[in-house]
Amino acid sequence: MAEFLQFAFSGLTVGAVYALVALGFTLIYNASDVVNFAQGEFVMIGGMATVAIASAGVPLPVAAVAAIVVAIAVGLLLHRLAIEPARGADAVTLIIITIGASIFLRSAASFVFDKQFHTLPPFTGDTPIIFGGAAILPQSLWVLGGGMVIVVCLWVFLSKTLLGKAILATAANRLAAKLVGINTSYVVGLSFAVSAAIGALAGILVTPITLTRYDVGTLLALKGFAAAMVGGMGSPIGAIVGGLLIGLLEAFGAGYISSDYKDAIAFLAILAVLFFMPTGLFGRASVERV
Amino acid sequence: MARIFSHPLAVPALIAAIVLACGFGLGSNFYLRVATLVWISALAAIGLNLLMGFAGQVSLGHAGFFGIGAYATAVAPNVFGISPLLALVLGLVAAAVIALLVGRPILKLKGHYLAVATLGFGILVAMVLSNESGLTGGPDGMTVARPVLFGVKIKGVDNWYWISGAVLVLGAWLALNLVNSPTGRALRALHDSEVAARVAGIDVARYKVIAFIVSAVYTALAGGMLALFNGFITPDVAGFMHSIEFVVMVVLGGMGSIFGSVVGAAILIALPQALSAFQEYEHLALGFILMVFMIFLRKGIVPSLVALIARGAK
Repeated sequence: MAEFLQFAFSGLTVGAVYALVALGFTLIYNASDVVNFAQGEFVMIGGMATVAIASAGVPLPVAAVAAIVVAIAVGLLLHRLAIEPARGADAVTLIIITIGASIFLRSAASFVFDKQFHTLPPFTGDTPIIFGGAAILPQSLWVLGGGMVIVVCLWVFLSKTLLGKAILATAANRLAAKLVGINTSYVVGLSFAVSAAIGALAGILVTPITLTRYDVGTLLALKGFAAAMVGGMGSPIGAIVGGLLIGLLEAFGAGYISSDYKDAIAFLAILAVLFFMPTGLFGRASVERV
Repeated sequence: MARIFSHPLAVPALIAAIVLACGFGLGSNFYLRVATLVWISALAAIGLNLLMGFAGQVSLGHAGFFGIGAYATAVAPNVFGISPLLALVLGLVAAAVIALLVGRPILKLKGHYLAVATLGFGILVAMVLSNESGLTGGPDGMTVARPVLFGVKIKGVDNWYWISGAVLVLGAWLALNLVNSPTGRALRALHDSEVAARVAGIDVARYKVIAFIVSAVYTALAGGMLALFNGFITPDVAGFMHSIEFVVMVVLGGMGSIFGSVVGAAILIALPQALSAFQEYEHLALGFILMVFMIFLRKGIVPSLVALIARGAK
């Protein structure tokens, strides 16, 4: 039982990060139909920039905020310089552009920062809390709690503020949103900024546990994408459930089956979902217009 | 000019001329080696182009097939004691069978779903290759036995230059034949509109799988040749970045242009060698090229040039 709980907690912790990456995917996908493969790069920038700024003597909370600002700036630049000029391109073209952006950002990060692994001090010490025989790091609670706060904030933002409603309107129907006077290009840019901020926050929260390096983004993006797909593309609840599910599957797979193939589980999950349930758990079936 | 270019034998002849010119023109072994790598990559790019440029189905996991071809060639001689050349043929069969099994369900998907499914497939292959270290030597790679034909060992850059060049010309010729056959027309029809193709009586699922298998075999052949030429391979040949490099070759040269794939491969292989002082920036440049081309020159180099010449002729 202790073992089971241990796997469950570590699965939920990684799963929360996948869920946040998937949520970022979903925001951008809903607003602009772009599948942003550079989503994992925001997570990397969040962790790496915090490390770099904090090492200059800046207090950790300030460094974290500065890192989020950096990530938002990168997100806005990505939208302005790479996505906006290619408006109207087909899905695959846009995917290739974001893959290019991801490779570019990763390589740039190896020059701006360095190629070493880095970590941050845990926010509230590293004495594990024992629960039912399983040890939980306080930082895991930070990740789970932080994830929940982000989700609630995002929900309030989307459903209670005018700006958030503009994002939802653009997601529902871009042309109709334009007709009622919403600046859709601005809204899409905003969705890039918000999802960059979410990614960076996830990166900061998880860095004390998993460490960070210039190239951690690729695998995170792919797994976050798997999570979004398992949950059903475009569904925020699906993204969260999918993220936690992938995290749990990975933890139990690594614990009970084989840790060599831990990373394979997310991809097997993608293939299984696509073959048997192409719209995911919470997705809607799409119809091609002729 | 445009009419000469549209003759079915023009492109293979052009490629053959370039292979011959480089073969006699490039003096040093270093350049011949780079050129050999270009011909091998171009073969894989032509294969992927048949799928992406003609059938309109994206694959972000084609390096998986490259890895299957390469590792079949490397592993089978150790396990079954067969000749590396026979092992290469076995690799092609394996790639075709796997493409058939995977292609059926995967090709039902469209757009980004297809992109992600193929990506997952490629990564799974790479993971198997680096985890099954008993057979494959793991992440460090393994050596490949030299093939022997009629009692003569096939090795050395000059031999492999002409072999890979000849295979490339043959591959380009076969690809063009396929494109100009009823199958090729069916593929282009489903590229333009799947619904329209189905209405016109084309068995869409079947033709997509055919294109997938053919492109998998091309790519696996390239992988097998690389294994034999290098004498050493690592699981990186099946990795995600390698898949992306193939996509860049196709996109850069021009989707739907066989000669474009050769140009794309040449740029992607030769450029890092020419700029070896800037090797650190290779991925930075790769990412940048990918973005710029997809934004500003979406048709690729060769189709854009051909359009320019055609406009000039009028």
